[in-house]
Amino acid sequence: MSDSYASTPPGRPPGSPILRITGADKIFNASNGPVEALNDIHITIEKGEFVCLLGASGCGKSTLLRIIAGFEQASRGSVSAHGVDVDRPGPDRGMVFQDYALFPWLTVRENIEFGPRHRGVPSQDIARTTERFLTMVGLTTCADRYPHQLSGGMKQRVAIARVLANDADILLMDEPFGALDALIRGKLQDDLIEIWQSTRSTILFVTHSVEEAVLLADRIIVMTAGPGRVDCQIDVDLPRPRDVSSPELNALRRDVTRRLTNHVTGSPAVEASGES
Amino acid sequence: MSPPPSAAPTGAGAAAIADPAESNPVSGRGAWQLLRGVALASVVPLVLVVCWDLMVRWTATRLIPSPGDVAVTMWDFAFGGIYDDAFSGSLPVHLWKSLQRVYGGFFCAAAIGVPLGLMIGRLPLLRMMLDPTVSLLRPIPVTAWLPLSMIFFGLGPKSAVFLVFLGAFYPILLNTMFGVKSVDTRLFEAAEMLGCKGSRLFRAVVLPAALPSIFTGLRLGAGFAWIVIVVGEMTGVSEGLGAVIMDGRTLSRTDIVIAGMIIIGIAGFLSDRILLRINNYFLRWSPQHHV
Repeated sequence: MSDSYASTPPGRPPGSPILRITGADKIFNASNGPVEALNDIHITIEKGEFVCLLGASGCGKSTLLRIIAGFEQASRGSVSAHGVDVDRPGPDRGMVFQDYALFPWLTVRENIEFGPRHRGVPSQDIARTTERFLTMVGLTTCADRYPHQLSGGMKQRVAIARVLANDADILLMDEPFGALDALIRGKLQDDLIEIWQSTRSTILFVTHSVEEAVLLADRIIVMTAGPGRVDCQIDVDLPRPRDVSSPELNALRRDVTRRLTNHVTGSPAVEASGES
Repeated sequence: MSPPPSAAPTGAGAAAIADPAESNPVSGRGAWQLLRGVALASVVPLVLVVCWDLMVRWTATRLIPSPGDVAVTMWDFAFGGIYDDAFSGSLPVHLWKSLQRVYGGFFCAAAIGVPLGLMIGRLPLLRMMLDPTVSLLRPIPVTAWLPLSMIFFGLGPKSAVFLVFLGAFYPILLNTMFGVKSVDTRLFEAAEMLGCKGSRLFRAVVLPAALPSIFTGLRLGAGFAWIVIVVGEMTGVSEGLGAVIMDGRTLSRTDIVIAGMIIIGIAGFLSDRILLRINNYFLRWSPQHHV
């Protein structure tokens, strides 16, 4: 289905982007005819960047993330990770789902070990990595619990540890904190920044909250709906750790919100949905 | 035999935080809970027995023995020494024969039903090939198979095992298929994203995720196996609880018939309790599938 006309040449020089999306379109065949979900998306992400995909519901940001993850194919254009065309899910691109998608029959530890075990990593290495990431997400005391015994925030920590332990250097996060209450969300945002800084992984983070994007990202990619397009890209060069109540952050937040609401057709008064 | 119900309870999927103290039956509160459970469960059977006794007295019928008579017969049936007839002390032999046939048929049904259900649920081609046939064969009552079964397997225990197999097979197969089809696709995505793919998904995701439904099927199947055993043992075997009930009927020994019915009930109940224990062990990760 996907005819990639812009595949990356072999033997790329070092320092090339870790993720490159070139002219990606996505057309779904709905019952009432084809629906264009994404239109001509061009995005380049460098290694170690923290990028937020920001947009209202239905702008195709989750679809884009699923294409990068390899769960779906672009109808046109190409997606490459580490210079290799993406056509299926792979352990290099770890997905963190909003609904966690932990294996309920495995304990926290076994969930984290799942990836390495299926890739044939020697067991002493698995034990070491698992301990490392259990500690990193602060769940060593809950290692032998089952997911149903955890709170939402703890489940999402397991999901993050699970992809990190699997050597994923690109984290694809699909509104990962959307189902959590504000207090837990704040804590997890801080912890995520800490984890990102210590692991030097690349994060592509989908959100509909302007505040979350401004707080977390190096760069915000604003998307608009119908069909999904990249509206603009905003570099955020505020120092870290960032303070939600700082005037700079709030000024930026206002800018981004205005930018976003301009596109919500007809009603300029509508705040970006999901803003808390 | 009516077609077996195939729907397994799918959990609401809510993140219920389990209280670990609640699942510990050894503590003092647990013992009280157990006692209370037994007491509550005994109310209806006791009322039924009392009603039965009163009705027999009032109507002065000689066709139905009183509970006391049945109790005496049951004792004689189990241990002998009261009537010293053909049935005295023969319960262990009959029970043992029936157990062998029930579990023989049940394990065959599980051994074929579970793997087949997993494959039909997962492979669309196989589903398109086999699903209509299964739906076609399923409504045929086990009793209708009796003559053919006797031709295929002769007069004897094999025929009984075959009928028990038929009775247990469909609930196991259908619930397994249902379990596989209702696995959350997110879990497949998560597994593939972590590097698990192809046939390994069967062992790593399909089987454990379908386990709650599989156990529902196994419990239903075991129940049907006990239901079918009386029919199964009508096929000219001389030993077995079904055979005893049939003999009791021909000899107008209604007390023996009722004793046999009660024993089948108790055996089925105990076998379900055992399955439930196994269920609770394997599904300890899923509080909504604990019973």
